[in-house]
Amino acid sequence: MNPTENDDMSIEVLLVEDSPGDVRLTQEAFRDAGKPVRLHLVSDGVEAMTFLRREGIYTGAPRPDLILLDLNLPKMDGREVLARIKKDHALKTIPTIILTTSDDEADVLISYQLQANCYLRKPAHWDAFDNLVKSINTFWLTKAKLPQQTQPG
Amino acid sequence: MHRVVLLVEDSPGDVRLTQEAFHDADPSIELHVATDGVEAMAYLRREGIHAAAPRPDVILLDLNLPKMDGREVLAHIKENDDLKTIPTVILTTSDAEADILTSYELRANCYLSKPVQLEEFEGLVKSINDFWLMTVKLPQQALGG
Repeated sequence: MNPTENDDMSIEVLLVEDSPGDVRLTQEAFRDAGKPVRLHLVSDGVEAMTFLRREGIYTGAPRPDLILLDLNLPKMDGREVLARIKKDHALKTIPTIILTTSDDEADVLISYQLQANCYLRKPAHWDAFDNLVKSINTFWLTKAKLPQQTQPG
Repeated sequence: MHRVVLLVEDSPGDVRLTQEAFHDADPSIELHVATDGVEAMAYLRREGIHAAAPRPDVILLDLNLPKMDGREVLAHIKENDDLKTIPTVILTTSDAEADILTSYELRANCYLSKPVQLEEFEGLVKSINDFWLMTVKLPQQALGG
């Protein structure tokens, strides 16, 4: 079990995604997955870093237990967001999963070089997308041990 | 799809269980075993008898190992430009929060705690296969160097 700062056992997931359709599919797949997940949504890279650093309107934002990060994002690219997360001592232990349409081997390699915890390719079909989110849910939220919440330092 | 897994594990019982569970999940998986941390690094660096060793697609790494601790093996893997892109999954009996945190700090790709019950252990190995070998997009084999 991975207790959070909150009293309940909800798992905080940050989804960094600019496509409204993919956001909707991800929300629905998590809702169906049977585990209490609180999904937070940001739609560009700058907003992702603002959320993670609890700046501006995100002062009260929870620390995510898991980050789902698209690579191609407005304002700040997902690769840059990933690099910043993994260079930040307070943030680098948060498992960060790349979830992208790109199948480019160079994107896969650079993501692992930048210490992505894993790389998943978004399937084009709804059923496969739904299954993928469920497998993220099963593996990362029920099998994997996530680090406990630590205060940013 | 042919997949190579390096299991770094000193418990013969856990080695056997992991071999059997992978075999049940997919007999084509090529599982290599190193029983201590020094052997794991020799395998990964293709030294001595490991000169022709295939690069693993995924590493399963126990934390408590003879000769060189799993934490040190993990640190060596993730400090090496050639090896650091190999997903490295910690698979250990330890449930200690400090071990979980240290492993993620040392850039483990994921941390799994070994279940005590046989059926759960088999289920966990199946889920490693389903997720890491079937679902995740792994980096292509880089040319050695």
